[in-house]
Amino acid sequence: MLSIKNLQAQIEDKQILKGLNLEVKPGEIHAIMGPNGAGKSTLASVLSGREEYEVTGGSVEFDGKDILELDPHERAGEGLFLAFQYPVEIPGVSTTNFMKAAVNEVRKYRGQEELTAVDFLKMMKEKMKTVDMPQDLINRSLNEGFSGGEKKRNEIFQMAMLEPKLCVLDETDSGLDIDALRIVANGVNQYKSKDNAFIVITHYQRLLDYIVPDFVHVLHDGKIVKSGTKELALELEEKGYDWIKEEVAQ
Amino acid sequence: MKEAEEKELLEEVTGSEYKYGFTSDIEEDRAPNGLNEDIIRFISAKKEEPEWLLEWRLKAYRHWLTLEEPEWANVTYPKVDFQALCYYAAPKKQKEVKSLDEIDPELLKTFEKLGIPLNEQKRLSGVPVAVDAVIDSVSVATTFKETLAEKGIIFCSMSEAIKDHPELVRQYLGKVVPVADNYYAALNSAVFSDGSFCYIPKGVRCPMELSTYFRINAANTGQFERTLIVADESSYVSYLEGCTAPQRDENQLHAAVVEILAMENAEVKYSTVQNWYPGDSEGKGGIYNFVTKRGICAGDNSKISWTQVETGSAVTWKYPSCILKGDNSVGEFYSVAVTNNHQQADTGTKMIHIGKNTKSRIVSKGISAGVSQNSYRGEVKVMKGATNAKNFSQCDSLLMGDKCGAHTFPYINVENSTGQVEHEATTSKIGEDQLFYCNQRGIDTERAVELIVNGFSKEVLNQLPMEFAVEAQKLLAISLEGSVG
Ligand SMILES: Nc1ncnc2c1ncn2[C@@H]1O[C@H](COP(=O)(O)OP(=O)(O)OP(=O)(O)O)[C@@H](O)[C@H]1O
Ligand SMILES: [Mg+2]
Repeated sequence: MLSIKNLQAQIEDKQILKGLNLEVKPGEIHAIMGPNGAGKSTLASVLSGREEYEVTGGSVEFDGKDILELDPHERAGEGLFLAFQYPVEIPGVSTTNFMKAAVNEVRKYRGQEELTAVDFLKMMKEKMKTVDMPQDLINRSLNEGFSGGEKKRNEIFQMAMLEPKLCVLDETDSGLDIDALRIVANGVNQYKSKDNAFIVITHYQRLLDYIVPDFVHVLHDGKIVKSGTKELALELEEKGYDWIKEEVAQ
Repeated sequence: MKEAEEKELLEEVTGSEYKYGFTSDIEEDRAPNGLNEDIIRFISAKKEEPEWLLEWRLKAYRHWLTLEEPEWANVTYPKVDFQALCYYAAPKKQKEVKSLDEIDPELLKTFEKLGIPLNEQKRLSGVPVAVDAVIDSVSVATTFKETLAEKGIIFCSMSEAIKDHPELVRQYLGKVVPVADNYYAALNSAVFSDGSFCYIPKGVRCPMELSTYFRINAANTGQFERTLIVADESSYVSYLEGCTAPQRDENQLHAAVVEILAMENAEVKYSTVQNWYPGDSEGKGGIYNFVTKRGICAGDNSKISWTQVETGSAVTWKYPSCILKGDNSVGEFYSVAVTNNHQQADTGTKMIHIGKNTKSRIVSKGISAGVSQNSYRGEVKVMKGATNAKNFSQCDSLLMGDKCGAHTFPYINVENSTGQVEHEATTSKIGEDQLFYCNQRGIDTERAVELIVNGFSKEVLNQLPMEFAVEAQKLLAISLEGSVG
């Protein structure tokens, strides 16, 4: 589904990704861990097409297409979803209205008919249930004045609405209380299927108890330097990153 | 918003530049260019006006000659050559039009293209709206007259009102905006050719929206409409005004006057969607929109509410105001002003608190893009006798790009110590982060700008009647086309 080969990217002349490789197949969950500043969010930004990042080498294929050629909204249409580490606020635009625009734009891109108001509301009710999204939150301006946890929940709600193939979750667990973590993970698990895939960026093994990864990768200094199964996350939790950095240095 | 409407909106957004920029081939009757007492006599004679009105016009003209064109607004433009303008241009008509069938088919087509139904069967979104259509200087059709007459409501062109209801016109004309008020108001008083007149009798709630559509068609004409709305005791009316003009290389002058009187317990809502031709992207052509709009809450517990969506015109100079004379009276001003390319807008309001417990509310949203300049200018004045007067003002500016300007000029003058005046102002930029967030959800940049701008303007758009709100959203989007990315 996703094939990243030797990806290199920079921002303002600073090289951040330095030859990153990753293969993701349908039905898989990949966890990406790594120290602060390693380039995890940069990877998410480059995949989703943020203009500020310049790709200087390598390739990214998504479902056989070179997505580096596509505009950000086209990548979303192709089925790429990013749950932001820091979701933005849009005053005066309710989550409902925002999602109505987004769902219909994405459907248009996918050659599907736009939803009628009734069908849209029905779909919204259903998806709201999967992350216990309260109605009043949906009616308020997008993310404006939302608590950190509410914003993250809203990201997963939007994911469920847009029905993407590949979901990149950037530290969706940070800022969540214990109950919210369970609710959000539960939403992810309900959406998960054999046809879609997840890249879960996190600092904490705790999330991986709920969203069980098939692979765990360590991103350090712009590269994936170690890959393993979920036991690797436990090991990192216990020992930190120093031993990996040392391994790399050798 | 309804599904179909939203879809239509989307299609419109991806569409043209200024879609109202066509001219119509209508035979017209016009005065020679230039301004002098003879031209004023010519206009007055054409309209078969009574002597007192001619005298009124001449008085205004003589006063105008003593005035200087105001220069305090934050706008720059080449001086208007008043002698090069034509002050009367009317679609030629052989005789009095009795029904719509007798109207020049070209004219009907013009209004059809504008999406204004002069045909009574065709109602805007199923809601009846009575329309008075003014092309160049003359009112060409007023719909739903009979329905309104049953309630005693008078809604007609100003010319007709002068003929059929001279006592009412004489009683109220120039009472809110006196002939000597300002440069453009004096000019308008001297040469106004038509406009709409509306009278709502005591205790009557007008059952439908009243609407006037103004269109400039002829070349080199100034358009000077005069609108007068009188809401008698305990009455209510909601009034809409829309404006378009063809695309022309030269600048054209529009200097209208609107007067509103609200008697005891009466309420008037006045909404404008101003979409005069703004000029091209290089700043060539476009309308000079120099308008005086003022209402007086003459009676206790009365209310006047102005809502405006200003997207057009090359230069706008406009301050719809309220004189809050009656005790407990309320004045409101809700405004969205968009400027793009080389447009300049200096707009705002005046709230003059005279009566006790009077309240005013100002919500101004300025959106600037391109190399445009957008200024809010507002005055809140609390007079000595205005015990417990309250004002709240909110002025927000949204910038797109870094070559445009947003300015706020609030003037506050409180002469009664019990007065409470609050002013809040914000300036923000459409952020790359916001646009990217929308993009990541599948929304392209153009549509994202539209969403963000409509969100920013929501408090004002919410004040508009439904049909108008949809049109206004479209206009905002069209005006900002191509301003990002
Ligand atoms: N505009 C910029 N100019 C220069 N450097 C930048 C810019 N944006 C990000 N960086 C740098 O890129 C590096 C990678 O940042 P990134 O956000 O990808 O890290 P991360 O792995 O997501 O870290 P965290 O775990 O803290 O979220 C950091 O060193 C950061 O300072
Ligand atoms: Mg990060």
